[in-house]
Amino acid sequence: MQFTFTEEQEEFRSVLRRFLEDKSPPSAVRKLMETEAGWDRAAWRDLNQQLGLTGVHIPEIYGGQGFGFVELGIVLEEMGRALLCAPYFGTVALAATAIMNAATDVQKRDLLPAIADGDVVATFAFTEPNGRWDASGVATTATPAGTSWKLDGVKSFVVDGHTADLLIVLARRPGSTGEDGLSFFAVRGDASGLTRRPLTVLDPTRKLARVELGGVEATLLGAEGAGAAPFARTLTQAAVCLANEMVGGAERLRASALDYAQMRVQFGRSIASFQSMKHKQADMLLEVELAKSAAYVAASAAAEDDPELPAIASLAKAAASEAYMQTAIHTIQIHGGIGFTWDNDTHLWFKRAKASEVFLGGPDYHREKMMQVWGAE
Amino acid sequence: MVEFTEASVRADVRAWLEANWSPDLGLVEWRNKLIDSGWGVPTWPSAWFGMGLPARLVPVVEEEFQRIGAISVARTGIRRLAAATLLEHGTDWQKQKWLRRSLTGEDTWCQLFSEPGSGSDLAGAMTRAEMRGNRWVVNGQKVWTTSAHHADWGLLLARTDWDLPKHQGLSYFVIDMHQPGVQVHPLKQMNGHASFNQVFFTDAEVPPEHLVLDVGRGWAVATTTLMHERRDADGIRTWGQGSRGNGRVYDEERAETATVMEPYKWYPQRAGRIDLVVQRAKETGAINDPAVRQDIARLLTLSKSAEWTARRARAAQLQGKPQGPEGSLGKLASSNVARMAARVHTMITGADAMLSGADAPMEGTIAEILVSVPAGSIAGGTDEIQRNIISERVLGMPKEPRTDNDRPFRDVPKNLVVG
Repeated sequence: MQFTFTEEQEEFRSVLRRFLEDKSPPSAVRKLMETEAGWDRAAWRDLNQQLGLTGVHIPEIYGGQGFGFVELGIVLEEMGRALLCAPYFGTVALAATAIMNAATDVQKRDLLPAIADGDVVATFAFTEPNGRWDASGVATTATPAGTSWKLDGVKSFVVDGHTADLLIVLARRPGSTGEDGLSFFAVRGDASGLTRRPLTVLDPTRKLARVELGGVEATLLGAEGAGAAPFARTLTQAAVCLANEMVGGAERLRASALDYAQMRVQFGRSIASFQSMKHKQADMLLEVELAKSAAYVAASAAAEDDPELPAIASLAKAAASEAYMQTAIHTIQIHGGIGFTWDNDTHLWFKRAKASEVFLGGPDYHREKMMQVWGAE
Repeated sequence: MVEFTEASVRADVRAWLEANWSPDLGLVEWRNKLIDSGWGVPTWPSAWFGMGLPARLVPVVEEEFQRIGAISVARTGIRRLAAATLLEHGTDWQKQKWLRRSLTGEDTWCQLFSEPGSGSDLAGAMTRAEMRGNRWVVNGQKVWTTSAHHADWGLLLARTDWDLPKHQGLSYFVIDMHQPGVQVHPLKQMNGHASFNQVFFTDAEVPPEHLVLDVGRGWAVATTTLMHERRDADGIRTWGQGSRGNGRVYDEERAETATVMEPYKWYPQRAGRIDLVVQRAKETGAINDPAVRQDIARLLTLSKSAEWTARRARAAQLQGKPQGPEGSLGKLASSNVARMAARVHTMITGADAMLSGADAPMEGTIAEILVSVPAGSIAGGTDEIQRNIISERVLGMPKEPRTDNDRPFRDVPKNLVVG
């Protein structure tokens, strides 16, 4: 378990931060969030050509950079800080991770290199309109059709689902329930029978889609019916990724709240000089630092495949959810009236905090998952 | 100048320990050998029992001590603070008189800072020291004094000038606790224990050579002591903790530790006893209550995050990185953890939380948690002071407006202290 970053990792973070400050200032965020796609292909290409980010945690044999979850955590933290509007989470944290967990070696060689190069934008469609984050939420069925399969059902809350070139889809054998009979499938974004529309979302910086599958042709990944374990593993690792992205955003907000308080004058002095403000800022710093520690330890646990990873990942997600949301609430408050305006940037991160609080399971859900491990008889 | 490497340090300390360590030695005898070798306090200057070892190599030495099961110098109680303070500010005479005997454990110390009228406002001390003839004469009262009942010497912060502004009128002395003018009385706490003392000074005497640094420089010296106290509280210490071994030196060290630690049997309960939470929830069946499960998980999230934050700070420190905010948050984090733990234990315990002692769960251990936790957010720097410190020193926010340090201390409003 590492508790500090190496010099190389710090340098990498530094380069990435400067890059994102340049490529994703709030003006870029506001521009992209207004588009239906929510991202721009030229900017995406730029991101990947310059820094090879889509391949960070993909093994070198599959065309990736061969780093691990610690490095991926750093990338996501910086992207969360910059509120980058790009299909990175869906492609890398979700789809690539799902393929790495579920697919055969041959299938990985087939699918991962194009993702690593940034040529294929992908996502993982597993949730359905019922909003569950676990196996029992899956009703979409997969029926054999010759040498391939046909999928029927509805997926929802799919990150960048309406623009992805490739969708990894979780479906079940008809008649199966719970964790039985689950399989992973690869579906082309332009497949016949696939209807996808963007949902009207609270957080316009992370687009979600409803994806209807009407007899859509799909390629089975890995063994039929053996999807439960790779699914759990994928969501655990995705929770770690999201926790790291969230602490980046939380820290951005916290620092902005401090800057504002130092600058804003009322009653002849900066509002930073009022003790209630000082104490609130100290509490915010504590909450964010604790959440960061949890996110970093979770990334390290993921990198080492620590046996306690499921519990630690849930801890990190729960901590990040509370910290990001609380920080966002305090930051609006600290800005006073101006914090409630559209033109002030706080609401952009506030909405990401709210969506992320819920995405992949809210804090209550993850606390219960922690107790299933640490409170077990 | 010796060039220290991890390999050379490890080889050297291992060789020395293998040649010199024996559990059959007396504790003081062993420690004197250790002190003379430089391995007792290796980071200290070589002029004073050390070898100038860089801090980042200390874990290497620690590991070697643990490996062979060797005891280190006396580090419990106030001895460590006294040694650190005198090393930094003491005269050669003072270092000569007190350092070795503090490191061997022969001398015991107490810290005489807090008073009934000045807790958070430490620099508002009113115990007075006046020069009469050829010695200082001390009158006043100190409170919350650890180990005073068996201390040989006290680190005394006293006021020597009432006309200068507050901080400038303080001086720092080493006072002999074994004199008729010094009376020590135990202070009973809400949890029934009496771990601290009140110390009353009535014309107690201090020779002039016991003044540390100069008259009026007491606050600077006290700051050193406090900094070391804070560092101890935040850090993770494993230094030379003797294994549960057999032999004279272990017996004597255990006795020494027991004496120092005796008043603090309740400290684990003050910290909240997170270690008991899941077990107790299972025993009582509360583990099946969804609300309790959520609160246990909140507690585990807070407590583990706090532990990991301390480890981040420690790892950065060992790598010689500049200290980030994570190093200043430990006390506030622990306080929050303990308070949440008390709530969770109450939920788990139900009606039995109204009991104490023999009728109560775990012979009163849970009850002790509930009435000990309030101390954590007060002792050693209140939560409110921690927030001031964090906001000012870490976040760079404006300091509190002051009305008490720009005029003679005599004119500053104070608490009325009887006697």
